[in-house]
Amino acid sequence: MRDVAIVSYAQTPYVRSERHRNEVEMLMPIIDEVVTKSGITRQDIGFTCSGSTDYLAGQCFSFVMAVDAVGAWPPIKESHVEMDGAWALYEAWIKIQCGEVDSALIFSFGRSSMGETAETLTLQTDPYTMAPLGPDAISMAALQARSGLDAGLYSERDLAEVAARNRRNALTNPEAQLAGEFDVDALLEAPYRVSPLRDHDCPPVTDGAAAMVIATADVARNASSKPVWIRGIDHRLDCHQLGSRDLTRSPSTELAGQKAGVGTGKIDIAELHAPFTHQEIILKNALGLDDDVRINPSGGALAANPMMSAGLARIGEASRQIAGGAAERAVAHATSGPCLQQNLVCVLEG
Amino acid sequence: MSEEREPVTRIVTPVRVEYTYTPGVASERFLRGVREGKLLGAACDSCGRVYIPSRGACPRCATSTSEFRELSDKGTVITFCVVRVPAENIDVELPYCTANILLDGADISFTGLIQGCPFEEVRIGMRVQAAWKPESEWGFGIGNIEHFAPIDEPDVPFAKLKEYS
Repeated sequence: MRDVAIVSYAQTPYVRSERHRNEVEMLMPIIDEVVTKSGITRQDIGFTCSGSTDYLAGQCFSFVMAVDAVGAWPPIKESHVEMDGAWALYEAWIKIQCGEVDSALIFSFGRSSMGETAETLTLQTDPYTMAPLGPDAISMAALQARSGLDAGLYSERDLAEVAARNRRNALTNPEAQLAGEFDVDALLEAPYRVSPLRDHDCPPVTDGAAAMVIATADVARNASSKPVWIRGIDHRLDCHQLGSRDLTRSPSTELAGQKAGVGTGKIDIAELHAPFTHQEIILKNALGLDDDVRINPSGGALAANPMMSAGLARIGEASRQIAGGAAERAVAHATSGPCLQQNLVCVLEG
Repeated sequence: MSEEREPVTRIVTPVRVEYTYTPGVASERFLRGVREGKLLGAACDSCGRVYIPSRGACPRCATSTSEFRELSDKGTVITFCVVRVPAENIDVELPYCTANILLDGADISFTGLIQGCPFEEVRIGMRVQAAWKPESEWGFGIGNIEHFAPIDEPDVPFAKLKEYS
Protein backbone atom coordinates (compact mmCIF):
# COMPACT_ATOMS: atom_id res chain seq x y z
CA MET A 1 0.00 0.00 0.00
CA ARG A 2 1.18 3.53 -0.77
CA ASP A 3 0.76 6.08 2.02
CA VAL A 4 -1.78 8.65 0.87
CA ALA A 5 -2.64 11.87 2.70
CA ILE A 6 -5.33 14.49 2.52
CA VAL A 7 -3.27 17.63 1.96
CA SER A 8 -6.04 20.21 1.62
CA TYR A 9 -9.80 20.51 1.98
CA ALA A 10 -12.31 23.31 1.46
CA GLN A 11 -16.05 23.66 1.24
CA THR A 12 -18.53 26.40 0.42
CA PRO A 13 -20.53 27.87 3.28
CA TYR A 14 -23.52 25.53 3.43
CA VAL A 15 -26.77 27.38 2.79
CA ARG A 16 -30.44 26.72 2.05
CA SER A 17 -30.15 28.08 -1.47
CA GLU A 18 -27.33 29.09 -3.80
CA ARG A 19 -29.78 30.99 -5.98
CA HIS A 20 -27.25 33.30 -7.52
CA ARG A 21 -24.22 31.13 -8.19
CA ASN A 22 -24.20 28.21 -10.60
CA GLU A 23 -22.18 25.06 -9.93
CA VAL A 24 -19.04 26.34 -11.64
CA GLU A 25 -19.19 29.60 -9.72
CA MET A 26 -19.57 27.68 -6.45
CA LEU A 27 -16.65 25.41 -7.24
CA MET A 28 -14.04 27.82 -8.62
CA PRO A 29 -13.04 29.47 -5.32
CA ILE A 30 -12.77 26.23 -3.33
CA ILE A 31 -10.89 24.35 -6.07
CA ASP A 32 -8.49 27.28 -6.29
CA GLU A 33 -8.09 27.15 -2.49
CA VAL A 34 -7.33 23.42 -2.24
CA VAL A 35 -4.95 23.46 -5.20
CA THR A 36 -3.07 26.48 -3.83
CA LYS A 37 -2.80 24.97 -0.32
CA SER A 38 -1.66 21.61 -1.73
CA GLY A 39 1.56 23.13 -3.01
CA ILE A 40 1.01 21.21 -6.26
CA THR A 41 0.49 23.13 -9.48
CA ARG A 42 -2.67 22.46 -11.45
CA GLN A 43 -0.62 20.93 -14.24
CA ASP A 44 1.03 18.51 -11.83
CA ILE A 45 -2.20 17.14 -10.31
CA GLY A 46 -2.32 13.61 -11.69
CA PHE A 47 -6.03 12.89 -11.64
CA THR A 48 -9.33 14.69 -11.13
CA CYS A 49 -12.51 12.98 -9.98
CA SER A 50 -15.87 14.51 -9.16
CA GLY A 51 -19.13 13.36 -7.58
CA SER A 52 -22.54 14.79 -8.49
CA THR A 53 -25.86 13.80 -9.98
CA ASP A 54 -27.87 15.02 -12.94
CA TYR A 55 -31.05 14.50 -10.90
CA LEU A 56 -30.16 17.51 -8.75
CA ALA A 57 -29.20 19.73 -11.66
CA GLY A 58 -32.09 18.63 -13.85
CA GLN A 59 -29.65 18.52 -16.75
CA CYS A 60 -28.00 15.58 -18.44
CA PHE A 61 -24.19 15.47 -18.36
CA SER A 62 -24.24 18.37 -15.91
CA PHE A 63 -20.91 17.22 -14.46
CA VAL A 64 -19.17 17.97 -17.75
CA MET A 65 -19.90 21.67 -17.37
CA ALA A 66 -18.45 21.62 -13.86
CA VAL A 67 -15.05 20.76 -15.36
CA ASP A 68 -14.91 24.44 -16.39
CA ALA A 69 -13.96 25.07 -12.75
CA VAL A 70 -10.85 22.86 -13.04
CA GLY A 71 -8.95 24.34 -15.99
CA ALA A 72 -8.86 21.22 -18.12
CA TRP A 73 -6.42 22.55 -20.73
CA PRO A 74 -4.13 20.98 -21.83
CA PRO A 75 -6.35 17.88 -21.44
CA ILE A 76 -6.35 16.22 -18.01
CA LYS A 77 -7.09 12.73 -16.69
CA GLU A 78 -10.60 13.11 -15.36
CA SER A 79 -13.41 10.92 -14.08
CA HIS A 80 -16.80 11.27 -12.44
CA VAL A 81 -19.02 9.21 -10.16
CA GLU A 82 -22.77 9.66 -10.00
CA MET A 83 -22.34 9.50 -6.23
CA ASP A 84 -21.27 11.51 -3.23
CA GLY A 85 -17.75 12.92 -3.52
CA ALA A 86 -16.58 10.39 -0.91
CA TRP A 87 -16.75 7.77 -3.66
CA ALA A 88 -14.83 10.08 -5.98
CA LEU A 89 -12.17 10.11 -3.26
CA TYR A 90 -12.23 6.31 -3.23
CA GLU A 91 -11.69 6.15 -6.99
CA ALA A 92 -8.82 8.63 -6.74
CA TRP A 93 -7.27 6.67 -3.84
CA ILE A 94 -7.43 3.48 -5.95
CA LYS A 95 -5.81 5.32 -8.86
CA ILE A 96 -2.93 6.32 -6.58
CA GLN A 97 -2.66 2.80 -5.10
CA CYS A 98 -2.37 1.44 -8.66
CA GLY A 99 0.69 3.63 -9.10
CA GLU A 100 -0.81 5.52 -12.03
CA VAL A 101 -0.67 8.94 -10.37
CA ASP A 102 0.77 10.53 -7.23
CA SER A 103 -1.87 13.16 -6.54
CA ALA A 104 -5.54 13.85 -7.19
CA LEU A 105 -8.13 16.59 -6.99
CA ILE A 106 -11.57 15.51 -5.77
CA PHE A 107 -14.66 17.68 -5.78
CA SER A 108 -18.41 17.38 -5.45
CA PHE A 109 -21.36 19.73 -5.70
CA GLY A 110 -25.11 20.03 -5.81
CA ARG A 111 -27.92 22.51 -5.61
CA SER A 112 -30.74 20.61 -3.94
CA SER A 113 -32.79 23.80 -3.74
CA MET A 114 -33.66 23.68 -7.44
CA GLY A 115 -35.88 20.61 -7.01
CA GLU A 116 -37.77 18.66 -4.36
CA THR A 117 -34.92 16.63 -2.85
CA ALA A 118 -37.01 14.15 -0.87
CA GLU A 119 -39.02 13.28 -3.99
CA THR A 120 -36.05 13.26 -6.33
CA LEU A 121 -34.48 10.62 -4.06
CA THR A 122 -37.46 8.34 -4.71
CA LEU A 123 -36.00 7.81 -8.17
CA GLN A 124 -33.03 5.89 -6.79
CA THR A 125 -35.32 3.07 -5.66
CA ASP A 126 -36.26 0.09 -7.84
CA PRO A 127 -37.95 1.63 -10.91
CA TYR A 128 -40.45 -1.22 -11.45
CA THR A 129 -41.81 -2.15 -8.07
CA MET A 130 -40.91 0.65 -5.67
CA ALA A 131 -40.47 4.07 -7.32
CA PRO A 132 -44.03 3.94 -8.78
CA LEU A 133 -45.32 3.81 -5.19
CA GLY A 134 -43.57 7.13 -4.60
CA PRO A 135 -41.93 6.68 -1.19
CA ASP A 136 -39.98 9.87 -0.54
CA ALA A 137 -36.68 9.90 1.34
CA ILE A 138 -38.20 11.08 4.62
CA SER A 139 -40.91 8.41 4.58
CA MET A 140 -38.34 5.69 3.94
CA ALA A 141 -36.17 7.01 6.80
CA ALA A 142 -39.28 7.04 9.00
CA LEU A 143 -39.85 3.34 8.29
CA GLN A 144 -36.30 2.69 9.44
CA ALA A 145 -36.67 4.86 12.54
CA ARG A 146 -39.89 3.03 13.43
CA SER A 147 -38.24 -0.37 13.16
CA GLY A 148 -35.54 0.68 15.62
CA LEU A 149 -38.04 2.19 18.08
CA ASP A 150 -40.15 -0.96 17.96
CA ALA A 151 -37.04 -3.06 18.57
CA GLY A 152 -36.29 -0.97 21.65
CA LEU A 153 -32.90 0.20 20.34
CA TYR A 154 -33.56 3.88 21.07
CA SER A 155 -36.31 6.22 22.18
CA GLU A 156 -37.67 9.38 20.62
CA ARG A 157 -35.84 11.27 23.38
CA ASP A 158 -32.55 9.66 22.29
CA LEU A 159 -33.23 10.93 18.77
CA ALA A 160 -33.95 14.47 19.99
CA GLU A 161 -30.68 14.38 21.97
CA VAL A 162 -28.79 13.47 18.79
CA ALA A 163 -30.36 16.46 17.02
CA ALA A 164 -29.62 18.85 19.88
CA ARG A 165 -25.98 17.73 20.17
CA ASN A 166 -25.28 18.00 16.43
CA ARG A 167 -26.77 21.46 16.17
CA ARG A 168 -24.95 22.58 19.32
CA ASN A 169 -21.68 21.31 17.82
CA ALA A 170 -22.47 23.28 14.66
CA LEU A 171 -22.26 26.53 16.66
CA THR A 172 -18.48 26.34 16.26
CA ASN A 173 -18.69 25.57 12.53
CA PRO A 174 -19.05 28.82 10.58
CA GLU A 175 -19.94 26.89 7.41
CA ALA A 176 -22.86 24.98 8.95
CA GLN A 177 -26.41 25.85 7.99
CA LEU A 178 -28.38 24.93 11.12
CA ALA A 179 -26.83 25.63 14.50
CA GLY A 180 -28.13 26.50 17.92
CA GLU A 181 -29.01 25.44 21.43
CA PHE A 182 -32.18 23.35 21.50
CA ASP A 183 -34.03 22.07 24.54
CA VAL A 184 -34.78 18.37 24.18
CA ASP A 185 -38.14 18.62 26.00
CA ALA A 186 -39.19 21.43 23.67
CA LEU A 187 -38.11 19.45 20.62
CA LEU A 188 -40.24 16.51 21.74
CA GLU A 189 -43.32 18.73 21.92
CA ALA A 190 -43.15 19.39 18.18
CA PRO A 191 -45.60 17.52 15.93
CA TYR A 192 -44.43 14.61 13.81
CA ARG A 193 -43.34 15.39 10.26
CA VAL A 194 -43.57 11.77 9.14
CA SER A 195 -44.15 9.67 12.25
CA PRO A 196 -41.97 8.89 14.18
CA LEU A 197 -39.73 11.63 12.74
CA ARG A 198 -40.07 15.27 13.73
CA ASP A 199 -38.49 18.18 11.89
CA HIS A 200 -35.42 18.04 14.14
CA ASP A 201 -34.83 14.40 13.15
CA CYS A 202 -34.49 15.37 9.48
CA PRO A 203 -31.68 17.14 7.64
CA PRO A 204 -32.06 20.60 6.17
CA VAL A 205 -32.11 21.08 2.40
CA THR A 206 -28.65 22.39 1.59
CA ASP A 207 -26.76 23.67 -1.43
CA GLY A 208 -23.00 23.45 -1.54
CA ALA A 209 -19.77 22.00 -2.77
CA ALA A 210 -16.58 20.50 -1.38
CA ALA A 211 -13.06 19.98 -2.73
CA MET A 212 -9.99 18.05 -1.58
CA VAL A 213 -6.48 17.25 -2.74
CA ILE A 214 -4.82 13.95 -1.81
CA ALA A 215 -1.26 12.90 -2.52
CA THR A 216 1.46 10.39 -1.80
CA ALA A 217 3.98 11.06 0.99
CA ASP A 218 6.61 12.60 -1.30
CA VAL A 219 4.19 15.03 -2.85
CA ALA A 220 2.29 15.80 0.37
CA ARG A 221 5.39 17.28 1.99
CA ASN A 222 4.95 20.55 0.07
CA ALA A 223 1.44 21.18 1.37
CA SER A 224 0.87 24.27 3.47
CA SER A 225 -1.13 22.36 6.08
CA LYS A 226 -0.31 19.19 8.01
CA PRO A 227 -0.96 16.04 5.92
CA VAL A 228 -3.67 13.75 7.30
CA TRP A 229 -3.09 10.11 6.42
CA ILE A 230 -5.78 7.86 5.01
CA ARG A 231 -5.03 4.66 6.93
CA GLY A 232 -7.99 2.67 5.64
CA ILE A 233 -10.89 3.20 3.27
CA ASP A 234 -13.59 0.75 2.23
CA HIS A 235 -17.16 0.79 0.97
CA ARG A 236 -19.88 -1.86 1.04
CA LEU A 237 -23.56 -2.03 0.23
CA ASP A 238 -26.76 -3.61 1.42
CA CYS A 239 -29.61 -4.95 -0.68
CA HIS A 240 -31.44 -2.45 -2.85
CA GLN A 241 -34.85 -3.66 -1.68
CA LEU A 242 -35.79 -2.13 1.68
CA GLY A 243 -38.03 -5.12 2.44
CA SER A 244 -35.08 -7.50 2.21
CA ARG A 245 -33.06 -5.64 4.84
CA ASP A 246 -32.96 -5.53 8.62
CA LEU A 247 -33.33 -1.77 8.85
CA THR A 248 -32.33 -1.67 12.51
CA ARG A 249 -28.70 -2.41 11.58
CA SER A 250 -26.20 -1.42 8.94
CA PRO A 251 -24.27 -4.60 8.02
CA SER A 252 -22.49 -2.80 5.16
CA THR A 253 -21.14 -0.19 7.61
CA GLU A 254 -20.05 -2.94 10.00
CA LEU A 255 -18.10 -4.66 7.22
CA ALA A 256 -16.64 -1.47 5.76
CA GLY A 257 -15.57 -0.43 9.26
CA GLN A 258 -13.78 -3.74 9.82
CA LYS A 259 -12.05 -3.59 6.43
CA ALA A 260 -10.99 0.02 7.00
CA GLY A 261 -9.50 -0.93 10.37
CA VAL A 262 -11.67 1.19 12.68
CA GLY A 263 -11.12 -1.18 15.62
CA THR A 264 -7.33 -1.38 15.39
CA GLY A 265 -6.75 1.70 17.51
CA LYS A 266 -8.39 4.35 19.67
CA ILE A 267 -10.77 6.66 17.85
CA ASP A 268 -10.89 10.28 19.09
CA ILE A 269 -13.61 11.66 16.86
CA ALA A 270 -16.11 10.37 14.32
CA GLU A 271 -17.77 12.27 11.51
CA LEU A 272 -20.82 10.20 10.58
CA HIS A 273 -22.94 10.95 7.55
CA ALA A 274 -26.30 10.46 9.25
CA PRO A 275 -28.93 12.66 7.61
CA PHE A 276 -31.51 11.39 10.13
CA THR A 277 -31.04 11.24 13.90
CA HIS A 278 -31.70 7.50 14.30
CA GLN A 279 -29.10 6.75 11.63
CA GLU A 280 -26.34 8.21 13.80
CA ILE A 281 -27.20 5.65 16.49
CA ILE A 282 -27.24 2.81 13.93
CA LEU A 283 -23.85 3.91 12.59
CA LYS A 284 -22.29 4.35 16.04
CA ASN A 285 -23.29 0.76 16.84
CA ALA A 286 -22.18 -0.57 13.46
CA LEU A 287 -18.72 0.95 13.88
CA GLY A 288 -18.47 -0.15 17.52
CA LEU A 289 -17.67 3.37 18.73
CA ASP A 290 -17.23 3.89 22.46
CA ASP A 291 -19.24 6.53 24.32
CA ASP A 292 -16.14 8.71 24.71
CA VAL A 293 -15.75 9.17 20.94
CA ARG A 294 -16.80 12.71 20.02
CA ILE A 295 -19.34 12.36 17.25
CA ASN A 296 -19.77 15.04 14.58
CA PRO A 297 -17.87 18.01 16.01
CA SER A 298 -18.86 19.77 12.75
CA GLY A 299 -22.58 19.26 13.39
CA GLY A 300 -22.78 16.55 10.75
CA ALA A 301 -25.49 16.18 8.13
CA LEU A 302 -28.17 17.35 10.57
CA ALA A 303 -26.53 20.77 10.53
CA ALA A 304 -25.92 20.86 6.77
CA ASN A 305 -26.75 18.19 4.21
CA PRO A 306 -25.35 19.28 0.85
CA MET A 307 -26.40 16.41 -1.42
CA MET A 308 -23.38 14.75 -3.09
CA SER A 309 -20.95 16.60 -0.77
CA ALA A 310 -22.15 15.70 2.73
CA GLY A 311 -20.12 12.46 2.70
CA LEU A 312 -16.91 14.02 1.38
CA ALA A 313 -17.49 16.82 3.90
CA ARG A 314 -17.43 14.28 6.75
CA ILE A 315 -13.97 13.14 5.64
CA GLY A 316 -12.88 16.75 5.12
CA GLU A 317 -14.19 17.85 8.51
CA ALA A 318 -12.48 14.92 10.24
CA SER A 319 -9.21 15.82 8.48
CA ARG A 320 -9.56 19.41 9.72
CA GLN A 321 -9.91 18.16 13.30
CA ILE A 322 -6.69 16.17 12.96
CA ALA A 323 -4.78 18.88 11.09
CA GLY A 324 -5.87 21.36 13.79
CA GLY A 325 -4.59 19.09 16.55
CA ALA A 326 -8.00 18.32 18.09
CA ALA A 327 -7.71 14.61 17.30
CA GLU A 328 -5.01 12.04 16.52
CA ARG A 329 -7.17 9.34 14.92
CA ALA A 330 -10.62 9.72 13.41
CA VAL A 331 -13.22 7.74 11.54
CA ALA A 332 -15.25 9.38 8.78
CA HIS A 333 -18.26 7.84 7.11
CA ALA A 334 -20.32 8.57 4.00
CA THR A 335 -23.64 7.10 2.96
CA SER A 336 -25.69 6.83 -0.20
CA GLY A 337 -29.09 5.40 -1.06
CA PRO A 338 -32.20 5.08 1.09
CA CYS A 339 -31.87 4.11 4.77
CA LEU A 340 -28.06 3.83 4.75
CA GLN A 341 -28.00 1.41 1.83
CA GLN A 342 -24.39 2.01 0.82
CA ASN A 343 -21.63 3.04 3.17
CA LEU A 344 -18.03 4.15 2.98
CA VAL A 345 -15.73 4.22 5.99
CA CYS A 346 -12.40 6.01 6.14
CA VAL A 347 -9.86 5.94 8.97
CA LEU A 348 -7.65 9.02 9.27
CA GLU A 349 -4.53 9.67 11.35
CA GLY A 350 -2.29 12.64 12.00
CA MET B 1 -50.47 -22.02 -16.15
CA SER B 2 -48.12 -19.07 -15.95
CA GLU B 3 -45.47 -20.81 -18.11
CA GLU B 4 -47.83 -20.67 -21.03
CA ARG B 5 -48.45 -16.94 -20.77
CA GLU B 6 -46.56 -14.30 -22.68
CA PRO B 7 -43.85 -12.69 -20.50
CA VAL B 8 -44.44 -9.16 -19.21
CA THR B 9 -42.31 -7.04 -21.52
CA ARG B 10 -43.47 -3.53 -20.76
CA ILE B 11 -44.81 -1.44 -17.92
CA VAL B 12 -45.26 2.31 -17.84
CA THR B 13 -44.30 4.15 -14.66
CA PRO B 14 -44.50 7.89 -15.31
CA VAL B 15 -41.88 10.03 -13.60
CA ARG B 16 -41.98 13.78 -13.27
CA VAL B 17 -39.42 15.91 -11.48
CA GLU B 18 -39.75 19.68 -11.43
CA TYR B 19 -36.93 22.19 -11.06
CA THR B 20 -36.66 25.91 -10.56
CA TYR B 21 -33.45 26.58 -12.42
CA THR B 22 -31.32 29.64 -11.78
CA PRO B 23 -28.43 30.21 -14.17
CA GLY B 24 -25.77 31.80 -11.96
CA VAL B 25 -24.13 35.22 -11.90
CA ALA B 26 -22.49 35.27 -15.35
CA SER B 27 -25.25 33.56 -17.33
CA GLU B 28 -27.86 35.77 -15.68
CA ARG B 29 -25.96 38.86 -16.76
CA PHE B 30 -25.87 37.51 -20.33
CA LEU B 31 -29.63 36.80 -20.28
CA ARG B 32 -30.43 40.25 -18.90
CA GLY B 33 -28.34 41.73 -21.71
CA VAL B 34 -30.19 39.74 -24.35
CA ARG B 35 -33.46 41.03 -22.88
CA GLU B 36 -32.27 44.50 -23.93
CA GLY B 37 -30.91 43.41 -27.29
CA LYS B 38 -27.28 43.37 -26.16
CA LEU B 39 -24.85 40.46 -26.59
CA LEU B 40 -22.61 40.50 -23.51
CA GLY B 41 -19.39 38.54 -23.64
CA ALA B 42 -17.15 38.04 -20.62
CA ALA B 43 -13.35 38.12 -20.65
CA CYS B 44 -11.14 35.75 -18.66
CA ASP B 45 -9.29 37.56 -15.86
CA SER B 46 -6.19 35.55 -16.69
CA CYS B 47 -5.87 34.96 -20.46
CA GLY B 48 -8.35 37.57 -21.75
CA ARG B 49 -10.31 35.18 -23.97
CA VAL B 50 -13.90 36.33 -24.40
CA TYR B 51 -16.72 33.83 -23.86
CA ILE B 52 -20.34 34.25 -24.91
CA PRO B 53 -22.38 33.17 -23.11
CA SER B 54 -20.03 32.79 -20.15
CA ARG B 55 -20.89 30.39 -17.34
CA GLY B 56 -18.56 32.33 -15.08
CA ALA B 57 -15.27 30.56 -15.71
CA CYS B 58 -12.62 30.33 -18.38
CA PRO B 59 -12.48 26.57 -18.96
CA ARG B 60 -8.81 26.81 -19.94
CA CYS B 61 -7.60 28.75 -16.91
CA ALA B 62 -10.37 27.97 -14.37
CA THR B 63 -10.37 31.68 -13.65
CA SER B 64 -13.36 34.02 -13.34
CA THR B 65 -14.59 35.89 -16.39
CA SER B 66 -15.51 39.04 -14.53
CA GLU B 67 -15.15 41.76 -17.21
CA PHE B 68 -18.29 41.97 -19.33
CA ARG B 69 -18.30 43.72 -22.68
CA GLU B 70 -20.92 44.22 -25.34
CA LEU B 71 -20.10 42.37 -28.53
CA SER B 72 -21.19 43.13 -32.06
CA ASP B 73 -24.11 41.14 -33.44
CA LYS B 74 -22.00 40.57 -36.55
CA GLY B 75 -19.90 37.46 -36.91
CA THR B 76 -18.35 34.81 -39.11
CA VAL B 77 -19.58 31.30 -39.92
CA ILE B 78 -17.14 28.79 -38.39
CA THR B 79 -19.04 25.70 -39.45
CA PHE B 80 -22.59 24.85 -40.46
CA CYS B 81 -24.92 22.08 -41.45
CA VAL B 82 -28.20 21.82 -43.34
CA VAL B 83 -30.79 19.80 -41.43
CA ARG B 84 -33.34 17.86 -43.46
CA VAL B 85 -34.62 15.40 -40.84
CA PRO B 86 -37.33 16.25 -38.31
CA ALA B 87 -36.66 16.10 -34.59
CA GLU B 88 -38.93 16.35 -31.59
CA ASN B 89 -39.08 19.69 -29.78
CA ILE B 90 -37.58 21.64 -32.67
CA ASP B 91 -40.05 24.11 -34.01
CA VAL B 92 -38.23 25.13 -37.22
CA GLU B 93 -39.41 24.46 -40.72
CA LEU B 94 -37.34 21.91 -42.67
CA PRO B 95 -34.86 22.13 -44.17
CA TYR B 96 -32.90 24.65 -42.13
CA CYS B 97 -29.28 25.66 -41.78
CA THR B 98 -27.69 25.86 -38.34
CA ALA B 99 -24.25 27.35 -37.90
CA ASN B 100 -21.57 28.05 -35.36
CA ILE B 101 -20.90 31.75 -35.58
CA LEU B 102 -17.87 33.54 -34.15
CA LEU B 103 -19.17 36.94 -33.09
CA ASP B 104 -16.71 39.78 -33.61
CA GLY B 105 -14.68 40.13 -30.41
CA ALA B 106 -15.52 36.65 -29.10
CA ASP B 107 -13.19 33.67 -28.70
CA ILE B 108 -15.87 31.01 -28.75
CA SER B 109 -18.57 30.35 -31.30
CA PHE B 110 -22.25 30.88 -30.83
CA THR B 111 -25.03 28.83 -32.46
CA GLY B 112 -27.66 30.32 -34.75
CA LEU B 113 -29.84 29.68 -37.77
CA ILE B 114 -28.73 31.03 -41.14
CA GLN B 115 -31.42 32.45 -43.37
CA GLY B 116 -31.58 35.03 -46.13
CA CYS B 117 -29.63 33.14 -48.76
CA PRO B 118 -29.85 29.78 -50.55
CA PHE B 119 -28.24 27.02 -48.44
CA GLU B 120 -25.79 26.29 -51.27
CA GLU B 121 -24.24 29.71 -50.66
CA VAL B 122 -23.58 29.18 -46.93
CA ARG B 123 -19.85 28.68 -46.40
CA ILE B 124 -17.17 28.77 -43.73
CA GLY B 125 -15.83 32.30 -43.46
CA MET B 126 -19.10 33.92 -44.55
CA ARG B 127 -19.97 37.15 -42.73
CA VAL B 128 -23.39 37.29 -41.07
CA GLN B 129 -25.40 39.55 -38.77
CA ALA B 130 -28.18 38.86 -36.29
CA ALA B 131 -31.75 39.49 -37.43
CA TRP B 132 -33.59 40.33 -34.22
CA LYS B 133 -37.27 39.76 -33.57
CA PRO B 134 -39.36 42.90 -32.99
CA GLU B 135 -38.40 44.42 -29.62
CA SER B 136 -41.92 43.88 -28.27
CA GLU B 137 -41.28 40.11 -28.46
CA TRP B 138 -37.95 40.12 -26.60
CA GLY B 139 -37.59 37.94 -23.53
CA PHE B 140 -34.62 36.62 -21.56
CA GLY B 141 -33.87 33.99 -24.19
CA ILE B 142 -31.45 33.86 -27.05
CA GLY B 143 -34.56 33.29 -29.20
CA ASN B 144 -34.69 37.11 -29.42
CA ILE B 145 -32.38 36.56 -32.38
CA GLU B 146 -34.59 35.07 -35.08
CA HIS B 147 -31.67 34.10 -37.32
CA PHE B 148 -28.40 35.33 -38.79
CA ALA B 149 -28.35 36.67 -42.35
CA PRO B 150 -25.44 37.24 -44.76
CA ILE B 151 -23.97 40.72 -44.97
CA ASP B 152 -22.00 42.30 -47.76
CA GLU B 153 -18.50 41.95 -46.34
CA PRO B 154 -15.57 39.93 -47.68
CA ASP B 155 -15.16 36.38 -46.32
CA VAL B 156 -12.71 35.79 -43.48
CA PRO B 157 -9.87 33.48 -44.59
CA PHE B 158 -9.92 30.04 -42.97
CA ALA B 159 -6.44 30.50 -41.51
CA LYS B 160 -7.87 33.18 -39.20
CA LEU B 161 -10.67 30.89 -38.05
CA LYS B 162 -8.65 27.72 -37.56
CA GLU B 163 -8.30 28.14 -33.81
CA TYR B 164 -12.07 28.31 -33.37
CA SER B 165 -13.21 25.55 -35.72
